[in-house]
Amino acid sequence: MNPLDRYESLVDDVDAFRAACDRPLPSVVRTNRIAATPARVREAFDEAGVAYEPVDWHDGLFRLPDGNPGGNWPYVHGWTHGQEEVSVLPALALDPQPGERVWDACAAPGSKTTQIADAMDDEGTVVANDNNLGRLSALRHNAERLGITNSIVTNQDARNFSTKPLAFDEFDRALVDAPCSCEGTCRKNPDVLDQWTLDHVHAVAGIQKGVLARAVQATRPGGVVVYSTCTFAPEENEAVLDHVLASEDCELVEFDLPLETDPGVTEWDGETYDESVTRTKRVYPHRNDTGGFFCAKLRVGGESDESGDAVDREVAA
Amino acid sequence: MSDDARSAEVDAPTNDGQQFDRLPATPADREVEGRASREEVLDWWEERFEIGREVFAEYSFWEKGAGKVWIFNGEATDPSEVEAVGMTFLRTRQEHWKPTGRAVSRFGARATKNVIELDPEQAATFAAGDDQDIPEWDGDWGYLIATHEVAGESVPIGVGLYLYDELRSVVPKGSRADLPVVE
Repeated sequence: MNPLDRYESLVDDVDAFRAACDRPLPSVVRTNRIAATPARVREAFDEAGVAYEPVDWHDGLFRLPDGNPGGNWPYVHGWTHGQEEVSVLPALALDPQPGERVWDACAAPGSKTTQIADAMDDEGTVVANDNNLGRLSALRHNAERLGITNSIVTNQDARNFSTKPLAFDEFDRALVDAPCSCEGTCRKNPDVLDQWTLDHVHAVAGIQKGVLARAVQATRPGGVVVYSTCTFAPEENEAVLDHVLASEDCELVEFDLPLETDPGVTEWDGETYDESVTRTKRVYPHRNDTGGFFCAKLRVGGESDESGDAVDREVAA
Repeated sequence: MSDDARSAEVDAPTNDGQQFDRLPATPADREVEGRASREEVLDWWEERFEIGREVFAEYSFWEKGAGKVWIFNGEATDPSEVEAVGMTFLRTRQEHWKPTGRAVSRFGARATKNVIELDPEQAATFAAGDDQDIPEWDGDWGYLIATHEVAGESVPIGVGLYLYDELRSVVPKGSRADLPVVE
């Protein structure tokens, strides 16, 4: 079966949803502001005759209609990184600040890690972890190419991640961009739809719960945890949050994303979830002509110490 | 092993390829034989490329493996048993120290010495990893920072080795690019 069939009940315009899922996505690059401004990237593209289009909700993103995001000088210089549009959302929700301690729990191949380091002005510490050593080499390559100097790379199972190799024992913020069944990437890689199985959904949901629980535990009181996937499956999204809300001291918070989203669902396949999962955000391909995505923002419970409440500080800012 | 031999090992720590060790501040602080000190690293960048010590004031330097020095701008334990601490920066423990291409890309725009500006064709040749004759260079031999102009500003491409009228591109295989010449 085509797994997209099962999500038709969740979307308002089934035809538009299915049509969008069938259209290929353009190549997109993100500006690495550690190395260059978006204006410099535009100048370099202009000089070299590289076609590009702006993305109206993010000034650092450029669509490259002719593809080949690596075949130009801005890429060679580490000014740009190929990254699907929706893939920039979790780091925007995380909103890391210079000087903070940030954990990227499932980091390879490093698109979000490098975006996090960029948002931190390369100051503070971003710990990029992945359990797959082969994929970590891609992460290290990307981090070096983009000139990231504030990252530590670890190779652990994120579900029982140990902070022992680190100079601190809790994070200000954590990102769980979880391994998932990836139907949201079908516009780039239609094979994900053929490979999809419900067994895999259930297996990976168990991993997702374990990683997210550990991320909440490893983040300080008042800190922020962002959970994201590129699947539409509620089993891997709202159900994972429902589980962790019950088992760990944390709450879902409202947040803004710069494109059109739908709220998380409270019912699926006979299950009901905590009402607060409506604060999570679903990104359907037909809304903004992007890939599919899911993103949630959690505040870790307990009293903040003198370093303050990361969520409140953003609201005040 | 005798007690004497065991204490001799403790007295003379050696370089451990499995962990990151922070560089000693000065040669006088050196405990591991052959390990570069922070002072020597700062001196080297200043001497070779005239990149001032203040540029690196906030960074720490670490060694893992034989002579590979990493630059880091965060908090880490010393030693650190992790996969990476910051980014690779400099190859030491050899007669001529060699900066990494990434270090040059990140910090090389500040260099005012041993910088070779390439024209568009030379720049494309360099990025492809090919050697080329540039007899008109009258500066030092050895490792140079190769730059080219992008939209009105000079930008470092990577590290070249200049010997006998020839600029050898030492761009690593995985970073070589086949680029059109941008006039």
